[in-house]
Amino acid sequence: MIELYESQRAMRNMRRAAMQRGVVAILDVGSSKIACLVLRFDGSEPISDDGIGSLAGQSGFRVIGAATTRSRGVRFGEIRTMAETERAIRTAVQAAQKMAGIRVDHVIACFSGAEPRSYGLAGEVDVAASTVDEQDVARVLSACDMPDFGHGREVLHAQPVNFALDHRSGLSDPRGQIGNRLSCDMHMLTVEAQTIQNLAHCVKRCDLELAGVASSAYASGISALVEDEQELGSACIDMGGGATGVSIFIKKHMIYADSVRMGGDHVTSDISMGLQVPMATAERIKTFYGGVVATGMDDREMIETGGETGDWEHDRRTVSRTELIGIMRPRVEEILEEVRSRLDAADFDHLPARQIVLTGGASQIPGLDGLAAKILGQQVRLGRPLRVHGLPQAATGPGFASAVGLCLFAAHPQDEWWDFELPADRYPARSLRRAVKWFRENW
Amino acid sequence: MRSLRRDRFDPAPTVWRYRLERLMLTPLFRVTLRVGLPFALVFSAASLWVSVPENRAAVSLMVADLRAQIESRPELQVKLMAIDGATDAVAEEIRATLSLDLPVSSLEMDMARLHAMVEAMDPVQKAELRIRQGGVLQVDIVERVPAILWRSEDKLELLDVGGARVGPAGPRHLYPDLPVIAGEGAKAHVAEALDLYATIGPLKPRLRGFERMGDRRWDVVLDRGQRILLPDSGAQRALERAIAMDQAERVLAQEVVAIDLRLGRRPTLRLTPPAALTLWQVKQEQAEKGAQE
Repeated sequence: MIELYESQRAMRNMRRAAMQRGVVAILDVGSSKIACLVLRFDGSEPISDDGIGSLAGQSGFRVIGAATTRSRGVRFGEIRTMAETERAIRTAVQAAQKMAGIRVDHVIACFSGAEPRSYGLAGEVDVAASTVDEQDVARVLSACDMPDFGHGREVLHAQPVNFALDHRSGLSDPRGQIGNRLSCDMHMLTVEAQTIQNLAHCVKRCDLELAGVASSAYASGISALVEDEQELGSACIDMGGGATGVSIFIKKHMIYADSVRMGGDHVTSDISMGLQVPMATAERIKTFYGGVVATGMDDREMIETGGETGDWEHDRRTVSRTELIGIMRPRVEEILEEVRSRLDAADFDHLPARQIVLTGGASQIPGLDGLAAKILGQQVRLGRPLRVHGLPQAATGPGFASAVGLCLFAAHPQDEWWDFELPADRYPARSLRRAVKWFRENW
Repeated sequence: MRSLRRDRFDPAPTVWRYRLERLMLTPLFRVTLRVGLPFALVFSAASLWVSVPENRAAVSLMVADLRAQIESRPELQVKLMAIDGATDAVAEEIRATLSLDLPVSSLEMDMARLHAMVEAMDPVQKAELRIRQGGVLQVDIVERVPAILWRSEDKLELLDVGGARVGPAGPRHLYPDLPVIAGEGAKAHVAEALDLYATIGPLKPRLRGFERMGDRRWDVVLDRGQRILLPDSGAQRALERAIAMDQAERVLAQEVVAIDLRLGRRPTLRLTPPAALTLWQVKQEQAEKGAQE
């Protein structure tokens, strides 16, 4: 268990080093685009009169560089062609660095694929002294029963969600409280180790240090859900290019995350196949004329598909918007149905608020919120990422939800298992702490 | 699988280009490149050039030439020296002292040194030197006014009010208005002597001078070898008293060598020896006459 978190601890130290240098890059490795933001941390900003900083204190940083490039070699949110992806990352990082005017060495990355699986863990332990101290928290965390998540998978997130002391539950920080029995609930997210290794390798090939990895479903949940939605139980659906991430938040903690291996690229390929146009044309038609709800007006709106084949008849084809919607809608419905099944599997219906927020690049299809309301439930809204300092206008759209969320994650990471200190009996032998513990127990 | 060779239209930077760009964005490297490298280049080139002795010689020659050129410009030449406020003799003396080889460049003239030289001269109380428009060295002099004659061991000198030396004096009869002082420490107490001289009034025709006795008090020396011995404090009052005594009883017209006023409560007259003898005889006769009666 300890070896498992060594790399995560190393990344946390890297993140701390990056904070000290004040510059860190955010890399959103998506299937359709790779976004790179360069953040500058300029210490604490002045607190306003009401005691709350701007953006509820979320803004200790400023975006000083932003660049996007077309993603290559990434399918379903996973790196498939290393060299291509490496080049794409290099392009994005270089452009962002150039805009920022400073070199970045540390990068925090997120990806959406790699088959995330959520596990709810519970642990229980007797409190050693009368009051709960950090060692007790560490012990209860390591007392959680680890599920067998299979070979070749790695823990991406392991966040303590809830602490309970005796019969009192819902504690966010049990330290200093008096009680006998401390138990905790933890949410653990595992992904395929191969994907993380590929990403780490690509980042390393770009002379960068990986200072953190996050699930993009989690990151876009942080940025697209407003505070009370995070508090009361909501789902964030990040409709990306190759994968659609689902994350459920309650009490400001992520309790479930999953990903559907379908996204906007599949809609594009459907259009491409259905209308027999190249992918680039299909993408253009989708973004300009796409929709999911057809009206009578759409029968008369003819779209020229265009073409460069030289065949006049072929290049002068037109389709009505209704036809286009007829192609797009089943696929979007399929994605949403799949999301619905994931939410059902997570018992989303039992949450108090049941708010659903659609974000991600593919959520910009007109009429999507109406369609989603039919499939997912009544409380659906389209979400955009939080505004952060210095973010260019071009990067404020829903497609940048996970990048912006990753900025917030970089600035204020939630406590993960590896942020707590190790329990004393797990320390290596000849540790001073272990000696102190032995003294305490024997005298 | 795609071709291993890169596309021609690949927007991605090559590895080396990417690394170079990152290097150029490193702040320390940029500072080094922008400041350090030009500095090192210029410095090394300059030191390489200077290390050749011919170049150094050429530079020093050029500097000397340039300096000579500037110094020899007519605008900077001082052609004349004008001395104001000095008598001819003093002016001649100043010219001789400064011994400027006119025309000379004003850059070469050390005005502070010249000023000190002029001010160090005895007859000069204050001097102002400046270079006037037109290349004239203007020397404004305030001369010392001789106030008293000082007879030292072997010569007669002129002193001003403050006791500073003005210059050697000629024969005594050239300065009928000036009193003479002599004696140890007389030079340092010119002011007292001048006060006494102002007081002396009716005795002025008979005055020969003032003598400082033991660097403590003054004697007024009159003709016929007469002296008025003044105390070391209140000398002026004592002198006034002596003058009053003289005017009342014509003391100094008698056979008196000295009037001793050193003890204020007991002025003493010292008679000449014949007068003292006569006085003694008269007193004796009076005594004999008294005995007979």
